Amino acid sequence: MSNINNLLWLIPTFPLAGFLILALVGKRLPHSMVALTGAGSISLSAILCLAIGFQFISMPPASGYFAQTLWSWINISNFNPKISLYLDSLSLVFVFIITFVGALIHIYSVGFMASDKDYSRFFACMNLFVFSMLLLVLADDLLLLYLGWEGVGLCSYLLIGFWYEDPINGYAARKAFLITRIGDTAMMIGLFVIFYQFGTLFIPEVLSQVPAVWQSNASIITLIALLLLAGGVGKSAQLPLQTWLPDAMAGPTPVSALIHAATMVTAGVYLLARMHVIFQFSPFTQMLVAIIGAFTLLLSGLSALAQSDIKRVLAYSTISQIGYMFLALGLGAWTAAIFHFMIHAFFKALLFLAAGAVIESLHHEHNLFKMGGLKNKLSLVFWTFLIGSASLVALPLVSAGFYSKDQILWYAWAAENGNPALWLMSMLGAFLTAAYTTRLMILTFWGQPKSEISHPPGKWLTIPLIILAFLSLFAGFIELPHNFGHLTLLSDFLHPVLPPTALNANLHVEEWFFQILAAFTTFGGIYIAWLFYYRYPAWLSQLKQSNGMLSIYRFCFSGCGFDKLYDTLWVRPIVFISQINKNDVVDKLYQGITLLSLRLYRSLSFTQSGSLRWYVMGLLIGSIILLTIQILL
Amino acid sequence: MILVWLIGILIGGGLLALFIGQWSVKLPRWIALYILLGGFLTIITFWAGNYFSSDQDAVWLTQFRQTWIPSWGINFHLAIDGLSLLLLALTFFLGILSVLCSWNEIKERQGFYYFNLLWILAGISGVFMAMDLFLFYFFWEMMLIPMYFLIGIWGSENRVYAAYKFFIFTQASGLLMLLAILGLYFTHAHHTGVFTFNYFELLGTEFTDGTAQWLMLGFMIAFVVKLPIVPFHSWLPDAHSEAPTAGSLILAGLLLKTGAYGLFRFVIPLFPEAAHQLAPLAMLAGVIGIIYGALMAYSQTDLKRLVAYTSVSHMGFVILGIFSFNQLAFQGVMMQLIAHAISTGALFLMAGMLKERLHTRDLQKMGGLWEQMPRMGFTAILFAMASLGLPGLGNFIAEFLILLGAFQANVWMTVFATLGLIFSVIYSLRMVQKIFLGPKKTTEAIRDFSWREILIMASLILSISWLGIYPQPIIATAGPAMMHLEHLSAEENPGTKTYDKNILTDPQTEAHKK
Repeated sequence: MSNINNLLWLIPTFPLAGFLILALVGKRLPHSMVALTGAGSISLSAILCLAIGFQFISMPPASGYFAQTLWSWINISNFNPKISLYLDSLSLVFVFIITFVGALIHIYSVGFMASDKDYSRFFACMNLFVFSMLLLVLADDLLLLYLGWEGVGLCSYLLIGFWYEDPINGYAARKAFLITRIGDTAMMIGLFVIFYQFGTLFIPEVLSQVPAVWQSNASIITLIALLLLAGGVGKSAQLPLQTWLPDAMAGPTPVSALIHAATMVTAGVYLLARMHVIFQFSPFTQMLVAIIGAFTLLLSGLSALAQSDIKRVLAYSTISQIGYMFLALGLGAWTAAIFHFMIHAFFKALLFLAAGAVIESLHHEHNLFKMGGLKNKLSLVFWTFLIGSASLVALPLVSAGFYSKDQILWYAWAAENGNPALWLMSMLGAFLTAAYTTRLMILTFWGQPKSEISHPPGKWLTIPLIILAFLSLFAGFIELPHNFGHLTLLSDFLHPVLPPTALNANLHVEEWFFQILAAFTTFGGIYIAWLFYYRYPAWLSQLKQSNGMLSIYRFCFSGCGFDKLYDTLWVRPIVFISQINKNDVVDKLYQGITLLSLRLYRSLSFTQSGSLRWYVMGLLIGSIILLTIQILL
Repeated sequence: MILVWLIGILIGGGLLALFIGQWSVKLPRWIALYILLGGFLTIITFWAGNYFSSDQDAVWLTQFRQTWIPSWGINFHLAIDGLSLLLLALTFFLGILSVLCSWNEIKERQGFYYFNLLWILAGISGVFMAMDLFLFYFFWEMMLIPMYFLIGIWGSENRVYAAYKFFIFTQASGLLMLLAILGLYFTHAHHTGVFTFNYFELLGTEFTDGTAQWLMLGFMIAFVVKLPIVPFHSWLPDAHSEAPTAGSLILAGLLLKTGAYGLFRFVIPLFPEAAHQLAPLAMLAGVIGIIYGALMAYSQTDLKRLVAYTSVSHMGFVILGIFSFNQLAFQGVMMQLIAHAISTGALFLMAGMLKERLHTRDLQKMGGLWEQMPRMGFTAILFAMASLGLPGLGNFIAEFLILLGAFQANVWMTVFATLGLIFSVIYSLRMVQKIFLGPKKTTEAIRDFSWREILIMASLILSISWLGIYPQPIIATAGPAMMHLEHLSAEENPGTKTYDKNILTDPQTEAHKK
């Protein structure tokens, strides 16, 4: 076997082949074959990724990356993007998560979607989704990256609107596509600027030229960074383009898991990490990234606290956790962001899949207030959900989420770009996370049962849950804090691509102090939620009496009013304008010309009446006028 | 000689179909199909022969020249470069599809129908080949009259109004072009003493102040009405929506392209300075067209009108690219001409197929058709995606290149033009939603694609994907012509312009070399 790296192209090709097979002949294949093609293609990619990853770690390429050019895409004088793949440690982490978590979600779907009439369409779209995302992270040219980037948008549209009979799902799907397209378009303009500044869209070349361009024109780097950020904000559902993600819950639950854990929303994180040099040279934009992250994590944490749909709670929680990743990116804690991305992929996939199992068992009931008492009836789901929640709230020491999130909290204070305000916001976010997660757990699994369960989940559903639960507990140990363990496997692995985080020079505090504070915040959030939702539920109904609290609740429930704002600002005016001009005002102009010639013709033809008296009269008047003119002149 | 042959078989085939149509109902469509297949294969063979030959940089590929009316300097002069070749291949490709889609739709006067169809295609092919301005005008008019019959006889309810409107718009603008051609003819004679309609000799005509602007406007109006740009677009929704399916396909796929071709072939090389002066206005018109067309498309309830307005929007990109005067944008326009012909053609074909099944074009009466026709649904989503510029499909390459080129020429215009990419999402997805998704509106059984329809759609899907994934053959074929155009359109001081006479005056030598 020569070099397994040369098989890199197969990683995205398996899912593409799966998509093509299922799209062309999927309808005629039996269920088992569809499942085998759909889940099998991703599993093959995952296995190949493990093999390539193993070789990459055991025998790292000298240059730190492995590139494979497939063919020349376009070639016009100096513009020649290629279809070529690029594997370095950053893309390897992403490929691993995408294929591995993706494969688990596919396996889960084999059972979950078994009774759906569009079984093959589902797997076809899922495979295309994974393919697009793999292309996105493996592309070494920004144009190819953009192909994957937009492909992800298409697949989200297809899958969110999967159950197309209901117009609400269609609306959510179009919303997702449109809002992310707004970010994409800004990003496309960013590509134009990059091309004219750097003369290429080839990523390594762009990054190597950034210092030179920065020296001659620093503001252009900021402009590029802002435009790329706009793209990232759209795909990763950050302020102000976050509104599509909660509605995206209209799709089947495995789709939500795929969007939130392995694909789509992490694309923005990847883009920013991949193009980190540009952001390093634009401190303003980098600060903006941190601020966007901080505000997003707070606002969506608040919104999550007020939701009644189990999937919407998780959706807002995703926005909030991606907010942490953006905060880390803004702080220059690049590896911390990737670490949190990885851990988040495990526990968020787990939470969604477990929530799917709950929903499935309760006859498609999404409402938290109609659940309850499932602790004993669905014990496996309960335990895995509990592990996922522990990781989400960053339960100290025992959960993977603790190690990844703690790093970000620490850097919010200690990194060079960090400051107390950002730190405070991230701590507040951690408190909210603990509170809404506890609320979610209590409402779902404790209390009185309110709905009958149909059947416990089968093995297709439970095996992925167990694997993901295992990872949500133990995957954090690859990276331990400085003050205990001090293990830096992941960041060492990533450092050839991503620079280490610069710490503030004059720090007078110890890391353990912040860890204890973070732990207290988490426990505080859990305690408060426990008080309100378990111990003294009467407090809550008392609070709901007051109008002030109620309007705050409504504000949070609506996702902080962004939908309404955009509706009045953009949607209505555009719909209004196009509606009143439905018949095309320009056409009226031409109709006017027609009408005018018609009138002229009528008035002239009126004179040709055939009556002799009129003609004599005309002759007379004409001669009088002529004579008058002659006399006057 | 191959060029004369191509036009000849179309004209002859048309006459044959007309005569056979007296006796047989089914034979004319077979005749038309075989004629077009033959022509298509001829062009593909020629293209392949050229593409793999060593001489890649030749601008002119082949030509035919015959004196016609020597006393007025009129020649029967045909010549093609990469631009013409690609558009010719497109003409025959869409011609085949237009016969296939008319297969069962046209039930009366088949002979006369296929006569008109072939003669339109003959006119279009002539337009793409003529290198004599008189001959060009002749072909320009030749494609108009059979189209008028096609809409007026085989169209739907409001066909007569639409046919009149189409005829008056194009005829009036064509008249202005005739005046401009004569103006150019006499200006050239005035300066050089040579009376000629020969394109190559007219290139580089010197103008006294202001003449160039007026003459260019004459050409320009004829071409932008055809293209069309806002505010000259209002014939298009009517003509498209009332024409039979093949008529819409040819209108969108080919007739609009003659406008873009005219701008490329005549306006820019003949009047480079005047074109540069007009560029900001023309680009603005393009941007307005992009956004206006998209907004109009969003509000339509008639499927064919909706698709017609998307054409207005996409053609805005064409004019934006042409007046950016650089190779990237030119190549983008070339791609846009082909990709738009395929994607919009496919959408019109599907509108026709839906009308055959549902007997309506009204979006309000459709809905939830996916369940019964998943194949068409899949195809429709694919072409809706093409129309909104999804990477991986041809339209993306086109729009990206145009915008990239335009960005160099004018940053702010380009930024506004990118808004079109957002609006295109709105109308495309609305269209898919209204037809295929949502609750079902009808209870009757509707059949999915037949084999003939699968054949048509599969060829279109393959083409649009090929253009998106590996567009290099198109780019390479158009390359020399586009470089030449960039050279011709370069902004230089009048008087100092030097033309490479070897390329321009005498394509014959190149033809002989072969």
